[in-house]
Amino acid sequence: MHDSLFDRFREGESFLHRLAPTVKVVITVLFILSDALLPDGHWLGFGISWLTILLLNLAAQLGWSYTLKRSFIAFPFALAAITAIFALPGETLAVWDFGPWHLIATDAGLLRFLSIVVRSWLSVQVAILLVTTTQFPDLIHALEHLRLPRMLVTVIAFLYRYIFVLSDEVLRLLRARQARSAIPPHQRGGGSILWRARIAGNMVGQLFLRSYERSDRIYNAMLARGYQGHLRTLNRHGIHTRDWLLMTFAIFLLILLQLFAHLG
Amino acid sequence: MLYSPSPLHIPDGFLSLAISLIFWAITLVILSTAVKRTETLDEKQVPLMGVMAAFIFAAQMINFPVAGGTSGHLLGGALAAIMLGPWAGMLVMTAVVAVQGLLFQDGGLLVMGANIFNMGLLTAAIGFGFYKAAEGRQRKLKLFAAGLGAWLSVMAGALFTALQLWLSGTARLDIVLPAMLGVHAVIGIGEVLITVAAIAFIFKTRPDLLEESESSAQNGRGWIVVGALLSLGVVLLSPFASADPDGLERVATDLGFLEQGANAPYKLLSDYALPFFRDSAFSTIAAGLIGILVIAALVIFLARRRSIRHTSHN
Repeated sequence: MHDSLFDRFREGESFLHRLAPTVKVVITVLFILSDALLPDGHWLGFGISWLTILLLNLAAQLGWSYTLKRSFIAFPFALAAITAIFALPGETLAVWDFGPWHLIATDAGLLRFLSIVVRSWLSVQVAILLVTTTQFPDLIHALEHLRLPRMLVTVIAFLYRYIFVLSDEVLRLLRARQARSAIPPHQRGGGSILWRARIAGNMVGQLFLRSYERSDRIYNAMLARGYQGHLRTLNRHGIHTRDWLLMTFAIFLLILLQLFAHLG
Repeated sequence: MLYSPSPLHIPDGFLSLAISLIFWAITLVILSTAVKRTETLDEKQVPLMGVMAAFIFAAQMINFPVAGGTSGHLLGGALAAIMLGPWAGMLVMTAVVAVQGLLFQDGGLLVMGANIFNMGLLTAAIGFGFYKAAEGRQRKLKLFAAGLGAWLSVMAGALFTALQLWLSGTARLDIVLPAMLGVHAVIGIGEVLITVAAIAFIFKTRPDLLEESESSAQNGRGWIVVGALLSLGVVLLSPFASADPDGLERVATDLGFLEQGANAPYKLLSDYALPFFRDSAFSTIAAGLIGILVIAALVIFLARRRSIRHTSHN
């Protein structure tokens, strides 16, 4: 089992952990929405958002930099946004000629680029906060409360349940490949790329067959235990007054931030 | 960590609100159809789709070394659709993209509609369409069709990602489009090799599984048209847009997207919000629709001729 790979939940007793999962999902999405609505270069607004995330980090007893340390996953994608620097009209900062491209860096473009990076960085952090303080099965159940089609939610639940099993299977396959891939001394090992790709493809086919057969067995086992078409949970996921209050408060704060950003 | 993010997962913040919501809407419409279509199947399908979603997720970890520390691995949309049928394949890919976004922050939440569309819906439609077109033919031809579909599905995902970034005002089209398509032309080859080898392996070991999925999707002829149209779009649009980004830019300006991208997204409901009612936009859309109808008629005509010849052959 490789819980460490797939389980992002951290045990805790904070109010964030106790908050209803449905409410947490709603607030997270609204927070990201509010990020998207902040105008380019509104550093004060971004700063307030980040400060909120820091405080929530502390409130969840994660230490102030927990989400910060894990938030750099989206940075490679910033490459795609670099061209925003040259995309907008504005005051010219620098001009480059690079092959067929005539690049004019503008102040508006630079502002846009930095804002995009900051927005994505904030959004990633709040999403990390969500999965760190919510068990994933609860999160899936929250999706059902939010009126996602039950079938899709069930498929996601199965996916999460069997990632652990099938990734073990994959590691076994990879280990077996590794074990049979000795390179004799003074020889080039590994074969051609085409051959290597075919082996990987065969492994995918093999994994498919094992998964397919496993799903048969799973279904039979489920039938044997009285499966009637949908999954049940013992967690009631009631939304209490406290959750409603907190959600209202969070929405109020986000609206305040938006008013401040657009009118102030 | 084995799990490697692909450059198609757009994070939050990179798409404008308008584009995010438009693609959420498109994705939800298609998904609700997919749910309706699969609900009529027996209840055994649900655990099967769930385990298959985990399979695609796990299969994305299987890589092969290419050169210089890089490796090729699978996206899986085409493979899922070929093995499970188009609607189930779409649901499976949706679950995969959703978990990657929710659990690993690999792809954002507000932009998840676009991510599901690019990596799940497009890839499944194109992959299945091509495979279906080779139905009843020799195994070699089927594998060829599957490979072509897999490559085009990756290219379609890359094309749409580039277009969404550009329409959001996040990237310059004349740079991001060739870059995206160039990178994915190579990544797509890895996709082709793995998909084809996997299907060939299943042909060898459990041919009954593939025949089963064929007979269960008898009335899937429409997918050939869908796949052909989408990939025709990719094939026609990519070189055109790469060679003449100004042309595409002009269309988008007419449609009002670029103003939306250039202005902050909070101006969503200002004058620019309803650009579709302008004369120039109307004429552009009408021209586009007529073009699509002509192509669709052509493809249906060809498909019918082909199938008549095919049945007379038997």
